[in-house]
Amino acid sequence: MTQKLVIIGAGMASGRVIEHLAALDPAAYDITLFNAEPRGNYNRIMLSPVLSGEKTYDDIVTHDDAFYAEHAITCRFGETVTRIDRTRKIVHGAKGDVPYDKLLIATGSAPFIIPVDGRDLEGVITYRDLDDTNAMIAAARPGRKAVVIGGGLLGLEAAAGLAERGMDVTVVHLMGHLMERQLDEAAGYLLRRDLEKRGITVLTGASTTAILGANRVEGVLLADDTALEADLVVMAVGIRPETRLANDAGLEVVRGIAVNAQMQSLSDPDVFAVGECVEFDGHLFGLVAPLYDQAKVVAHGLLDRPDAFTVRDTATKLKVTGCDLFSAGDFADGPGREDIVFRDPARGVYKRLVIEGDRLVGAVMYGDTADGNWFFGLIRDGTEIDEMRETLIFGPAFQGGASADPLSAVAALPPEAEICGCNGVCKSTIVQAIDGGAADLGAVRAATKASASCGTCTGLVEQLLQVTLGDDYAAPAAQPVCGCTGLTHEDVRRLIKAQELKSQPAVWQELGWSTPNGCHVCRPAINFYLLADWPVEYRDDPQSRFVNERKHANIQKDGTFSVVPRMWGGITNAAELRAIADAAEKYDVPTVKVTGGQRIDLLGVKGEDLPHIWADLNRAGLVSGHAYSKGLRTVKTCVGTDHCRFGTQDSTGLGIKLEQILWGSWTPHKVKLAVSGCPRNCAEATCKDVGIVCVDSGYQVGVAGAAGMDLKETERLADVATEAEAIEMTVAFIQLYRENAKYLDRPYKWVAKVGLDWVKNHVVADADNRRALVARFEVSQTVYRKDPWAEHAADAPRFAPLADLTLEAAE
Amino acid sequence: MSWLDIGHIDDIPLRGARLVRTRLGCVGLFRTAEAEVFATSNACPHKGGPLSEGIVHGRKVTCPLHNWVFSLETGEAMGADEGRIATYPVRLDVAGRILIDADALGKRSAA
Ligand code: SRM
Ligand SMILES: Cc1cc2nc3c(=O)[nH]c(=O)nc-3n(C[C@H](O)[C@H](O)[C@H](O)COP(=O)(O)OP(=O)(O)OC[C@H]3O[C@@H](n4cnc5c(N)ncnc54)[C@H](O)[C@@H]3O)c2cc1C
Ligand code: SF4
Ligand code: FES
Repeated sequence: MTQKLVIIGAGMASGRVIEHLAALDPAAYDITLFNAEPRGNYNRIMLSPVLSGEKTYDDIVTHDDAFYAEHAITCRFGETVTRIDRTRKIVHGAKGDVPYDKLLIATGSAPFIIPVDGRDLEGVITYRDLDDTNAMIAAARPGRKAVVIGGGLLGLEAAAGLAERGMDVTVVHLMGHLMERQLDEAAGYLLRRDLEKRGITVLTGASTTAILGANRVEGVLLADDTALEADLVVMAVGIRPETRLANDAGLEVVRGIAVNAQMQSLSDPDVFAVGECVEFDGHLFGLVAPLYDQAKVVAHGLLDRPDAFTVRDTATKLKVTGCDLFSAGDFADGPGREDIVFRDPARGVYKRLVIEGDRLVGAVMYGDTADGNWFFGLIRDGTEIDEMRETLIFGPAFQGGASADPLSAVAALPPEAEICGCNGVCKSTIVQAIDGGAADLGAVRAATKASASCGTCTGLVEQLLQVTLGDDYAAPAAQPVCGCTGLTHEDVRRLIKAQELKSQPAVWQELGWSTPNGCHVCRPAINFYLLADWPVEYRDDPQSRFVNERKHANIQKDGTFSVVPRMWGGITNAAELRAIADAAEKYDVPTVKVTGGQRIDLLGVKGEDLPHIWADLNRAGLVSGHAYSKGLRTVKTCVGTDHCRFGTQDSTGLGIKLEQILWGSWTPHKVKLAVSGCPRNCAEATCKDVGIVCVDSGYQVGVAGAAGMDLKETERLADVATEAEAIEMTVAFIQLYRENAKYLDRPYKWVAKVGLDWVKNHVVADADNRRALVARFEVSQTVYRKDPWAEHAADAPRFAPLADLTLEAAE
Repeated sequence: MSWLDIGHIDDIPLRGARLVRTRLGCVGLFRTAEAEVFATSNACPHKGGPLSEGIVHGRKVTCPLHNWVFSLETGEAMGADEGRIATYPVRLDVAGRILIDADALGKRSAA
């Protein structure tokens, strides 16, 4: 006997159910198909090619009128179902009722709309169906401005499509990087770079507070008060299961309609649900692969054939030409996991595999996703990968056989493979050079130019040397920064400038880091290089700093901190001393000590008290002394002409001026200065990083002294007549040091490497260059010459524990 | 297990850490990725360094006092150093709230 099946929603999932029924037992059901959209089943995921103009609606229709006619399906398109009456087994449509024996709910999802003012303005569109797509196409005019809110899969496909139609597109994304649910930071960086290449502006960490406009949309306002102009706003911030009908009908709904493994409602065995509207075992669904599995189970269930749905991993791709990404499985959370990372900066390739035990559990890839499905298969099938661990990341081409050796990847490259992109040198040319006697990197560079420009292929060339020469190859002695890279500090600094790398993910990717995000050795160095080279563009990353620079205080062996306020040039007064005394009492400071740097140290302050003691000291006009930083520490002075019978110049005044110009700047290592008023040198200026000795005829500026682990007298940089010149020489020297030295080299070590003559050429002989150095220092100081205590005093909650469970009742 | 809500993931900076104070000493919560957090004891087995003040990289943290490196997943010291920190079950719910297993916190020995 033919039963009545009513289906609500003609989407991707129900379309599959109908196909299975038609194939298995076409006579079993008399089907009525409702759809709120005024059309039948089409391939929703291909809306993006329709938006960009690569396809038309006709191309993406999956079931046409002929199909429905052939299978005698009653189509109620353009008709919304308003109510389900489960007692009487009737579905109420807008244009009339239909009785059912079995009901299938396939209502999909509704786009999530963020509750901000202006969300209902004309020109604000979500991205879900053909009507949305057509509305976007109608609004898209070359040169007009579109803002897409949401940097996930849908938002980015919308952005790319609108850009393709000539619009000026900005993507506003709340999280730190694009597609954060599918991609890690490195892949997110590459994706952003590719989108920016197409002229799309990407704002991350950006929160929308309002949509602006009188009658129709005119702009978008962000939390940091940035206002973006917009003729069109696309909201693509997420979806939620469309469950209103099921709710009203009293079916069990958690986030989606709750179903068992047969896709039957937990509340009513005659009601099935399929697609994005369901929730199974705590899972929601947003991609088609699992929906197709569900559709098969539903068809079997309707025909009383046993079957059960199980949740499987899904893989994601982005349908934007030129943005080749792949993400599968689980690359977050969970103990006992290990990463394998591969980067090929020249080709913009990044691959990361996440391994747990002897299985692959997740994969993220960008740039070259050819092996994506192979990895996906390993994840899905839980294949043991121990045997191929070493070469796994190179893909299936390198598996099997006896060549389980990482170098085999290089060995297997074809002779015409390009190794050095800058100079167009291929593998065979380099191998010939090596065979012809070039036995080290320098010789290969000289013979072929390979790796002689940007240097990013240095690693590959070295591997070729290793492969070609075997045991005869002696690895170069230059010390890499750390285990994350083969490059030296000097190479990294050079490449950051040459390739204009302006973020840490850019450095990790373009320079081929072997770890996901560096280590405690390289991160502080890279953070410094970036802020020194791009003071305006780069934003300092506190998480890449050693605790002292993050907490703006020196950590003590018992976990407390020391607080040292600045005393400009060693000068203080009664009010400051009183404030220090008050703070010492108020915060129970166990030790108050006069330091070797002419100021006062409050030792033993509790971490959570820091912002409070800073606020108190700030009120008395005291600021951070940076006693903890790789930056300017102290400028020691002597009493000079003001009081001393031998003083020749105002040493105290010059010291204060220098400290006020230089404070707050970050340097490769700490920097200490001193100014003495005469050659008796009471400020010990001749053992400082920069030490100035005043004489009758002017100022002797010495540099590169040391009095710590090494002891060394300063060398004379220049003798100058005026205070202004002394200041200019000092600032230029420090900027040259900031721009060129290796992280953690004090000036004396750096000068020993580059030579005092080189320094003199840049700072003394070339006046234009000197002024340019000073100008660059000033640009940097517009960002960094400020008191970190004042900035962070307001941040007190961050210094306190996240939670205090000592107050909980005892277990 | 009894899951206790102790805060939101965004209260911890990316590649940073925050403390949870308990009757038996402090527990460090480490945020290693946008949506990944680990909980371990805060005291370094070497000389008691406060691990939550260390640099977080990959799924590891480096002690701020003498640079021992610990896996946040297993608690084992890496490389040549020998030692172990306690790890505690912690998870994130869909809204980004951090849930920690109060039973596991209660069971550890007062070290
Ligand atoms: C407080 C102070 C000692 C004192 O009680 O006087 C001090 C204390 C520390 N010094 Fe110093 N140095 C202090 C003046 C000096 C001086 C003398 C000077 O500045 O006139 C020197 C020799 C000059 C020099 O800088 O080379 C000095 C050479 C060092 C060194 C060796 C640096 C070198 O390149 O050789 C270190 C280690 C380092 O920086 O890597 C160091 C490191 C340290 C640290 C930060 C160790 C650490 O990393 O925890 C100490 C912090 C103690 C704490 O818990 O607060 N301290 N230290 C002095 C603070 C001066 C200030 O007001 O800022
Ligand atoms: C632009 C875009 C790109 C995508 N790209 C991909 C991709 O690349 N890969 C991938 O796997 N997935 C992709 N998806 C997701 C995929 O399209 C969905 O997972 C899939 O369409 C869900 O199928 P469904 O049948 O559950 O719901 P839908 O396909 O949304 O169908 C539900 C239908 O029910 C109708 N309906 C709802 N309520 C009622 C009612 N009360 N009465 C009558 N009818 C009703 C709706 O009008 C709708 O037509 C994309 C989605 C979009 C929007
Ligand atoms: S000399 Fe400096 S680093 Fe050494 S113990 Fe004294 S304060 Fe600490
Ligand atoms: S206390 Fe942690 S390494 Fe010494």
